[in-house]
Amino acid sequence: MIEKALTGSKQYWGWVGLLLILIGIGFLTYLRQFNNGMYITGLGRDVPWGLYIAQFTFLVGVAASAVMVVLPYYLHNYKDFAKMTVLGEFLAIGSVIMCLLFVFVDIGNPIRILNMPLNPTPSSLLFWDMIVLSGYLFLNVLISQVTFSAERKGIKPPGWIKPFIIISIPWAVSIHTVTAFLYNGLAARPFWLTAILAPRFLASAFAAGPAFLVLICFLLKRFANYDVGEKALAKLGEIITYAMAINVFFVLLELFTALYSDIPEHLHHFEYLYLGIGDANFLVPWMWTSAVLSVVSLVLLLVPKFRANKGLFLLACITVIGSLWIEKGMGMVITGFVPSPLGKVVEYIPTLPEIMIVIGIWSVGFLVLTVFYKVAMAVRHQIGYK
Amino acid sequence: MGINRRNFIKLAGITAAVGVGGKKIMGELVDDTTGLPVVDTAQKASPLKAKRWAMVIDLKKCREKQGCTACINACHAVHNVPDLGNPKDEVKWIWKEDFEGAFPSADHKYLEEEIRNSHALVFCNHCDNPPCVRVCPTQATWRRKADGIVMMDMHRCIGCRYCVVACPYGSRSFNWRDPKPFIKEINPDYPTRMRGVVEKCNFCEERLDRGKMPACVEACPEKALVFGDLEDADSEVRKLLREHYTIRRKPSLGTNPEIYYIV
Repeated sequence: MIEKALTGSKQYWGWVGLLLILIGIGFLTYLRQFNNGMYITGLGRDVPWGLYIAQFTFLVGVAASAVMVVLPYYLHNYKDFAKMTVLGEFLAIGSVIMCLLFVFVDIGNPIRILNMPLNPTPSSLLFWDMIVLSGYLFLNVLISQVTFSAERKGIKPPGWIKPFIIISIPWAVSIHTVTAFLYNGLAARPFWLTAILAPRFLASAFAAGPAFLVLICFLLKRFANYDVGEKALAKLGEIITYAMAINVFFVLLELFTALYSDIPEHLHHFEYLYLGIGDANFLVPWMWTSAVLSVVSLVLLLVPKFRANKGLFLLACITVIGSLWIEKGMGMVITGFVPSPLGKVVEYIPTLPEIMIVIGIWSVGFLVLTVFYKVAMAVRHQIGYK
Repeated sequence: MGINRRNFIKLAGITAAVGVGGKKIMGELVDDTTGLPVVDTAQKASPLKAKRWAMVIDLKKCREKQGCTACINACHAVHNVPDLGNPKDEVKWIWKEDFEGAFPSADHKYLEEEIRNSHALVFCNHCDNPPCVRVCPTQATWRRKADGIVMMDMHRCIGCRYCVVACPYGSRSFNWRDPKPFIKEINPDYPTRMRGVVEKCNFCEERLDRGKMPACVEACPEKALVFGDLEDADSEVRKLLREHYTIRRKPSLGTNPEIYYIV
C-alpha cells in the first residue's frame, strides 16, 4: 500500500520536500541540544518545562479527539462519518507520534529512556502516560490497519476488531485524563491544582481535534478530490461548538474560583497570565489573543447562519485551534511555574533552537499524516469511493 | 576469534569494578574538602546511623554572621557543585533564600525588620512524604527507609525534571549543560555529574557512611546547624526542638519536611 505515497503531483512532492527540509533542520538542531545540553533552550531552574511539553499537552488532546468520530460511527452507527473515521484515526496516530517525540526531546538524558519501562513505577503519572499513550498508538494503528485493509478488499472488517474499537473509546478519554493528572496532583503548583483540569483538557481537545479534522477534510477535497460529505462536516461543526462552549465555560469557572477566593498563590498565576507581573508579561499578548479568538470562534460557531457558511466555518475552526493552542499549551504549562514556589517571577521565552525543534516535530507529524492520507485517498479512489 | 559479546561484557564489568575500587581506595586516602592526603583515624570511624536524620537551623546565629557562606562553600566544594554564573542554569544544593521566599506564610509587612530582611538557609527538606519521589518515573530518587534520607541516583535519572516540577521548595537542580568545566576544583572523592540529570542535597550520606557529619554542619563557625536523630529523644536536635519554637517550610502541604528553623 505504501507505494501509493511514492507517486504524486509536483505539488505533493513540493509539500513533502518542504516538510523534509524542516525535519532536517529540526533534527540538526536537536543534535545540537543532544550534544551540548538543554541550556540552548529558554528553560531553566525556575521554568523547567516549556514549549515542548506545551505541544505535547495540546497534541494529546488532538489525538484523543479521534473518539469524537469513532464513537458516533461505531457505537451509534452514524453512517455519515463512514468516510471520516479513518481520517480521525490517522490524525490520532500522527498526533501520538508527535507527542512521544515532544516528550523525547524534553528529556535531558534520552539515551537512558529505557529506564522508564525497565523500572515500572505506578506512583508516577509519567509512567501511566507512557502506558496509555503507547497503548493508544497501538490501538489506532491496529484498528485503522484492519478496518482499512478490509475496506480495500471490499469485505467487512473481522469481528474480533470490534472489542478493540470499543476499548479505544474510553482509552482516548484516559490519555487526556492521565495527561491532566500529570499536572494537577502537585502540591507545589497551585495553578494546576484544580480538579477541573481533566474535564477542561477533554473539552478543549474535543474542540481543537475535530477543528483540525475539518481543515484536513477541506484540504483533501481541494487537493485530493475526496469529499467526506456536507452532513459529516456539519455534524463535526456541532461537536466543535458544544466542546468549545464547554471549554470557555470551564475557563470562566477557573477564573471565578481564583478571583473570588482571592487566595494570593492562586491569584498570582492568573495575574501573570492576563496582566503580567512587573516587567514579566511575555504571555499577556498571547493570552488576550487567545481570549479574543475564542470569543470570535464562539460567535461564528453558535450562530447557525455563520456556521453554515463554508468560509466562516473554516475561519471558526482556525480560531478554535489558534485559541486553544495558546491557552492550553503555553498558557497552561508555563504559568504553572510563574511565580515559582519561592515566589520568584522568572520568565521563560523560547529560544530559536527550541522553536526549530518544535517545527521539526510538527513537520514529522504532518509528513506522517500526508503519507497516510495519500495512501488512503489512492486506495479509496481505486475502489470507487467518491 | 577475538572477543565475543559475553566476554566483552565480562571484561568491561571487571574493568569497571577495578575502576570503581581504585577510586574508592584513593578516596580513603584523600580528604574531602582539601583534597590532601589524610592520616587520621576518623576515616576508619564507623558509620553514623540514625532512625530519622533531621536538622535544626538556628537562624538567629546565622543572622549574627551576615554574609557568611561557609556551609555553602563547604557543601559545594565537597560535592563538585559547579558555579555556572547565571541564575537560569544554576545548580545549587544549599543556598540563602530571602525570608519571604523561604517562609511565605510566616512573612508579613510589619515583621521584625531584622528577620524580614534576613536570609534563611535552604536545601532539600528530606521530607517524610516527598512529592519528588512519588513522581519520579524511574525510581531514580527514593526515600531511604532506614534513616529517611531522600536519595538520588544520578546514574539512573533520565532528566525528565518531573521531580523539579513537583518539589514545593525549589530544592532540585537540573544540569542544563556539562557541569565539569564550571567546577573550580574537582574533589576526586565524590562523582561529578553529566549534563541532563537532576541533583540535590543528600544529607552527606557518603560522609555519614564514613562516620562524618554533613559538610555544612562541620563547616559552620557558629554551630548554627545541628544534625541528629529525630527518633532519639536524647539527641541534640530533639533537645533544641523541645527548648525552642521552631518552624518548617510550607508544613500545610503535608510533605513533612525534616529541616526545622529557630527564627
